[in-house]
Amino acid sequence: MSGDASGAGGESRATPDADSRPLPGEQPGPDERDHPEGRRNLEGIRIDPVVEAEHASRRAVISALVEDEPGVLARVSGLVSRRQFNIESLTVGPTTVDGHSRITMVVEETDPGIDQIEKQMAKLKPVISVGEVAGDAVTSELVLLKVEADDPAAVHAVSEMYDGRTVDAGPETITVELTGDKASIDNAIGAFERFGIVEIARTGPTALARGDTPTAPGEKPGTAGEPTTHDD
Amino acid sequence: MSDTAAQPRSDADGSDDASEAAATEEPTDPDDEQAAGPVSTGAESVVAALEAAGAKTAFGVQGGAIMPVYDALYDSSIRHVTMAHEQGASHAADAYGVVAGEPGLCMATSGPGATNLVTGIADADMDSDAMLALTGQVPTEFVGNDAFQETDTVGVTRPITKHNYFAGEADTVGDTVGEAFELSRAGRPGPTLVDLPKDVTQAETDRTPGPATPPAGTDPDPNADPDAVEEAARVIEAAERPVCLFGGGVIKADASAEARTFARSYGIPVTTTMPGIGSFPEDDDLSLSWAGMHGTGYANLAITHTDCLIAVGTRFDDRLTGGIDTFAPEAEVIHVDIDPAEISKNVYADYPLIGDAGRVLDQLTAAVREAPDAEAWRDRCDEWKETYPLTYATPDDEPLKPQFVVEAFDEATDDDTIVTTGVGQHQMWASQFWTYSEPRTWVSSHGLGTMGYGVPAAVGARVAADTMGEEDRDVVCFDGDGSFLMTMQELSVAVREELDLTIAVLNNEYIGMVRQWQDAFYEGRHMASDYTWMPEFDKLAEAFGALGLRVDDYDEVAPAVEEALEYEGPAVIDFHVDPEENVLPMVPSGGANGKFAAAEDQL
Repeated sequence: MSGDASGAGGESRATPDADSRPLPGEQPGPDERDHPEGRRNLEGIRIDPVVEAEHASRRAVISALVEDEPGVLARVSGLVSRRQFNIESLTVGPTTVDGHSRITMVVEETDPGIDQIEKQMAKLKPVISVGEVAGDAVTSELVLLKVEADDPAAVHAVSEMYDGRTVDAGPETITVELTGDKASIDNAIGAFERFGIVEIARTGPTALARGDTPTAPGEKPGTAGEPTTHDD
Repeated sequence: MSDTAAQPRSDADGSDDASEAAATEEPTDPDDEQAAGPVSTGAESVVAALEAAGAKTAFGVQGGAIMPVYDALYDSSIRHVTMAHEQGASHAADAYGVVAGEPGLCMATSGPGATNLVTGIADADMDSDAMLALTGQVPTEFVGNDAFQETDTVGVTRPITKHNYFAGEADTVGDTVGEAFELSRAGRPGPTLVDLPKDVTQAETDRTPGPATPPAGTDPDPNADPDAVEEAARVIEAAERPVCLFGGGVIKADASAEARTFARSYGIPVTTTMPGIGSFPEDDDLSLSWAGMHGTGYANLAITHTDCLIAVGTRFDDRLTGGIDTFAPEAEVIHVDIDPAEISKNVYADYPLIGDAGRVLDQLTAAVREAPDAEAWRDRCDEWKETYPLTYATPDDEPLKPQFVVEAFDEATDDDTIVTTGVGQHQMWASQFWTYSEPRTWVSSHGLGTMGYGVPAAVGARVAADTMGEEDRDVVCFDGDGSFLMTMQELSVAVREELDLTIAVLNNEYIGMVRQWQDAFYEGRHMASDYTWMPEFDKLAEAFGALGLRVDDYDEVAPAVEEALEYEGPAVIDFHVDPEENVLPMVPSGGANGKFAAAEDQL
């Protein structure tokens, strides 16, 4: 009994005389032991201790095909917040398949972080398929922008320049609808700033993969009305 | 149910209807599924689904919203064990599952019943234990109105379950419950929950639940990619300092035999994690016992100096790794896990092998062509075992040492004895000074660290062993004074159910691990850690109707252990142990495993 332990127990008590093995106070301390030179970084990757490499974070678009059931958005957003993933935006909407929705997230994470988001998302039961949308994805965001109407002609001119559309015009304010990728939206907002932006509402970008590449892994384009299968 | 079930148990022959019913359900293979019988209500459909899925035992507490389900249990073959508190029900179900190797089942009413389950559900989630929780809910039309005893149970338990369900219809509630039961043990196990509104369980339905199956895509391929296995095999062959690290996943996958074959075939020293205790016999020459904050010095040195870490079924918890920067810093890591999300989550896996622990270990055993040349390394490990043994001093002028009590119990019991614990110093001593050799004999709260786990876990473990026809096995709960006080009311259940178990309270009149940290890191300021106000546990045990003993000296230990083990029923021994004793060795939080402190003055 007691194997690698002290050998005490039962009738006989462990005493320093009866047991030749060193007591805790007699065992070598940390400084008397050899220690390896190697190190790992915060992501658990072995590194050269002299030139410590760290992953830079990057912007990634993640698309997930999910079962449209109650609580699915809460599950996804709860996962993101609980695991401290840096998320810029999250959009959700139906697909052509009944009972399926698409969630599009823009995240700012390191490569291991992006990998974790995908894997943790994949574990959620309502998530059918999830993956990062390839770098040249088509992304677009819708913005409603309300500016002061002091100079309607100028507002109209800027709106035209950015392919905007006036959706409401009153004596005090003009509301413009804009769509586009992040860069063009940011430029447009910059241009509208001189009129005085009263209110703004942005949906956050949504995205599709280019060409016939599936947006979420295993998703078959054009399967309207049929359940999407997830073939790895 | 418990009242009626208690009746036959007082008979002279001691048999009870539930275990007889269980015995007639042979074979007890967890995959053994039967067709569900006819039903007339949602609640009957729930119970029919549970019976069809093979559930034999439930732990719970009655209450308003769950009453229809309890009523349906009245005529069921499922044995229901009424617990004193819902937290006890969830821990008992968790431990039952660990020992029996099938999902535990716990039940509670809505509101406070459900929230009281939460600690046990979170505990099961952290330790990847298969468990199904059924909660009553207010009728659907009241949901969201802040009705009496309403809690958003699905919302509260969402982050601590593998998946949870709100049952919306009587026709499908049985299917949902069956799916939740199967999901809890599919792939990486974990707790699931079904919230059962009272109108749904009360509603009429004649729809018999179909065969219980886990949801699509949740039962992964058990085999790892053969090419990846080959690559890993080459790394193992070339290793000079290989070490196995067997985690709780080895036990959950029932892969102890495969793990032993692999390590012994190639002469690779073995460490385990704490949940992995029992996966490999600690008295084996290759065993280095368990690694981590209070693991053995030699295990921590081995995982620090290894050049090839074969980690199976572990999630590299921070209590195992210490500081990530110094964790196995020179090792190529081969990581076997059923959950892809664990790969490279905390420690980068050079060779990820995704699959079932047993299957992948078999694949590796077959793929490795020759054992690594590791004789020098094994010698070095043996030297560490001699230099840094787990020992403790027993000077005559100091009180009884808690480690001695653990060793005395180990000596007095068989290898198949089940040990449960609370959380704290006593838990560490129970894991250090007991030599484990079999899986599913170490039942503890690892990831969540739930004080109070020990007593309800002992109830669940005892019921599981009895259900499996293993009445001869001993169940010993090591508890601390602080942990015991948190859930000791479950002793009343052990008395009522005549459960043969022994609770050893290692009473140091402190919340001892906190006291140890205060001495090491807070200049000995004992804020709120002094527990000199504890009741007399032996007398309290007697008041519950259990055997109560008190021990203060070394020469009283063996007779008390013997008396408690021989007693047919629950026994409590209040061991008054040295309040100053510390758990050693110790890796300070975030420190390097190889720099563990062997003694206090090395901290």
